[in-house]
Amino acid sequence: MANIVKVGMADLNVCKSPDGITTLGLGSCVGICIRDPIAKVGGLAHAMLPDSTQIENNSNRFKFADTGIEDLVKKLVAMGGSRARFEAKIAGGAQMFAFQNKSDMVRVGERNVEASKKKLRELGIPLKAQDTGLNYGRTIIFYPETGDLIIRSAGKPEKKI
Amino acid sequence: MAENISFQKVTTEYYDVLKELGNIGAGNATTALAQMLQAKVDMKVPQVRLLDFKDVGEVMGGEEQMVVGIYLAVEGDITGSIMFVLEQHAGRDLVSRLMGMPPAEGEFNEMEISAMKEIGNIITGAYLNSIAMMTNLKILPSVPDLSVDMLNAILSVPAIEFGIMGDQILLIQTVFTDDVDLNGYFILMPDLESYSKMLGALGISI
Repeated sequence: MANIVKVGMADLNVCKSPDGITTLGLGSCVGICIRDPIAKVGGLAHAMLPDSTQIENNSNRFKFADTGIEDLVKKLVAMGGSRARFEAKIAGGAQMFAFQNKSDMVRVGERNVEASKKKLRELGIPLKAQDTGLNYGRTIIFYPETGDLIIRSAGKPEKKI
Repeated sequence: MAENISFQKVTTEYYDVLKELGNIGAGNATTALAQMLQAKVDMKVPQVRLLDFKDVGEVMGGEEQMVVGIYLAVEGDITGSIMFVLEQHAGRDLVSRLMGMPPAEGEFNEMEISAMKEIGNIITGAYLNSIAMMTNLKILPSVPDLSVDMLNAILSVPAIEFGIMGDQILLIQTVFTDDVDLNGYFILMPDLESYSKMLGALGISI
């Protein structure tokens, strides 16, 4: 029986096939899933903010899309993954409330998604699929074996990308 | 945002102040809730907790638990936001008492949403009033915005606001007791400048 590894907010982790990896209730945060389809290793980063260089207190690298992706890639390489084969899927980045009062908070979900895509492009990792934006939370489960990303939301049918 | 104030240096004091304000605010909110429901409502001593982001969902009863989040912006002498979170069934229970109807099933309808917003308005308003009275600062809450979703998805909004400054979130858990216990959480998010104003108004200098 395969295990499902759980990743919390502002955290990241990796797993080996046939295990899967999950994060529960993504809101404005973004979940970045990367796998090596040959080595069958994969991981998930749950980033809260887009850009570590915009924030003074940036010691927690997993909190940011840019440094979170960098660290996730390093971990996967250490597990035997090859950068040249990496592929990614992302989900989340919703706007949970209609208004957001602070300039820091404006479109933070959307900015998280943009920052993730930018970082993936920089690292030359192709983005295979995404399910982002809108106004609802998402629980996601990623399987490095197949690359399937399962998305569950309240009151909506399960989705696979 | 005031870049010259290091959040980490003042964190302990900041949380102590928020905790104290939280205690008093929760008392006021309980009174408001009792008046609104025209019933006797008691409150257990609020628990104030400082939690790491990755643990907060589990501590509050499960990351995927359905909750109602009511989110208001705050303007005036201080700026920031406040969120009130309660379990969906508790929200449903409050709405049905307020409207004198049996609790419905499924998603909230329009009328329930507007009743829920009103409840959030009254509870958070009572909260903010006590802060305004203590600090003598003008605090103007915006119209509330409401979202019903998984706990962690709702919490991502305040967590991101805290995330700009640190790696933890401050929760004020308030259990209102009536026939049944209603678990509610307040999350106060003044920005850094407002924080020094609040401290200053309370006679603490940093």
